[in-house]
Amino acid sequence: MINPYEIFETINMISHENLDIRTITLGISLRDCAHPDMDTLCTRIYDKITTVGGNLVRTGEAIEQEYGIPIINKRISVTPIAMVAESAEGDFVKVARALDRAAKELGINFIGGYSALVHKGYTTGDTRLIESIPEALATTERVCASVNVATTKAGINMDAVAHMGRVIKKAAALSADRDSIACTKLVVFANAPEDNPFMAGAFHGIGEPESVINVGVSGPGVVYNALKKLGPDADFSEVAELIKKTAFKITRMGQLVATEASKRLGIPFGVVDLSLAPTPVVGDSVALILEAMGLERCGAHGTTAALALLNDAVKKGGVMASSHVGGLSGAFIPVSEDSGMVDAVRAGALSLEKLEAMTCVCSVGLDMIAVPGDTPDYTLSAIIADEAAIGVVNNKTTAVRIIPVCGKKAGDAVEFGGLLGGGVIMPVNKFSGQVFIERGGRIPAPIHSLRN
Amino acid sequence: MRAVITVIGTDRVGIIAGVSAILADANVNILDITQTTMQGLFTMIMLVDISKSNIDFEHLSSRLSAKGDQLDLKIRVQHEDIFKSMHEI
Repeated sequence: MINPYEIFETINMISHENLDIRTITLGISLRDCAHPDMDTLCTRIYDKITTVGGNLVRTGEAIEQEYGIPIINKRISVTPIAMVAESAEGDFVKVARALDRAAKELGINFIGGYSALVHKGYTTGDTRLIESIPEALATTERVCASVNVATTKAGINMDAVAHMGRVIKKAAALSADRDSIACTKLVVFANAPEDNPFMAGAFHGIGEPESVINVGVSGPGVVYNALKKLGPDADFSEVAELIKKTAFKITRMGQLVATEASKRLGIPFGVVDLSLAPTPVVGDSVALILEAMGLERCGAHGTTAALALLNDAVKKGGVMASSHVGGLSGAFIPVSEDSGMVDAVRAGALSLEKLEAMTCVCSVGLDMIAVPGDTPDYTLSAIIADEAAIGVVNNKTTAVRIIPVCGKKAGDAVEFGGLLGGGVIMPVNKFSGQVFIERGGRIPAPIHSLRN
Repeated sequence: MRAVITVIGTDRVGIIAGVSAILADANVNILDITQTTMQGLFTMIMLVDISKSNIDFEHLSSRLSAKGDQLDLKIRVQHEDIFKSMHEI
């Protein structure tokens, strides 16, 4: 029989340390739904999603019940809608509403893929989709949008960067009565992964199969509790070793659930995403892990080094535990979704500039950051440009999910609710990058993109 | 299919009797049983075979959980693979 201590270790991780599977995300190709008539297109999209995804929630719940591990979200990602709807006449927002209806019908909280890939330039479908994003996000509940504006191979499309600043401002204005919540569902990427199971940036990439199961694990609370027990005398080799072992155990859960979901749904398994994803629940925080390593507050000098160690150890432990690893795979630092990050901002320890430095060594980027509502669009664009540069030059994914909350100023409280959390408005640098952003064109790909 | 039943709480009369009665009723065979005290708490682990069970997993789980509430204990039943996959390579 299995060792009783190991049994109780697993149970304790689940019941006291917030170990869970963050998401089972079903990727569905919508390429065969394309149609010149917008209403027919919407019907085909709705029918396909509700047919292929019909058993997703039920299956997730059955696995949850049998294995006794919570599966927090069951979600769907689809082919970037800019491609699917490009040949249809009419308003793209209709597609967003069809996606929203399908999500409601299936009982899933988010559906991702209201997306465009424009790192080198726009097609007509890309332009129409991006122009429709503010209304699409403000008038739907569960649809998530993303736009890829840069890759290491193509460089940075600065026209798209400038455009996205204006799109974010418009989305904020259209949802001004709800703390500009539309912006929480919009991610601007550099080097976007095609198999990411996490929202709001998930979409079903063009190299993906007809349908696929990707799983995102969680578990910052488990790593935090393990580190707490290690104490302050352990050196960094011991810290890294402990994180690796813990990440291995967490990821094995993800692999098990992914394999089981794939088998029961008859849909191929894609990847396990190794990301440590925090939630607003107290104790389920990446910031607390960094503080448990010996920092007085997340954001103090040393935070970037601590995060680099954490991110690397999570990957090393996780990669051994799963047959296929992909997506974002690293530690997330979404400010409003991590109570430790919010506390650090409130205490004056964590600034936007420090977060930017942290994104050089972890997955994603400036995530769920609320800034003053009067932040100019070109400043948002300049923030995006900086993040994209970090991603492009370092050959990694970076993203910006920033919320200029209408009517609020630095220091004000903000509340998005649920997994999106809340927090405090962070100040931004007051000096302008307007002329820089208005140049337009493309920043060329870096020399190390030429690898052939 | 094999499952692991765990019981955590304060020791008292009738725990094993209560759990085994539910299992016998459901035609679930007990393969192994161990009990110990961990950090002052009574803990019992049962490895059971549920392949011939006459009720589905959800019902077995809710019956055990209800028995736990009645005895002021936490009783869980989980597929054994969750423990195997986490702790065995």
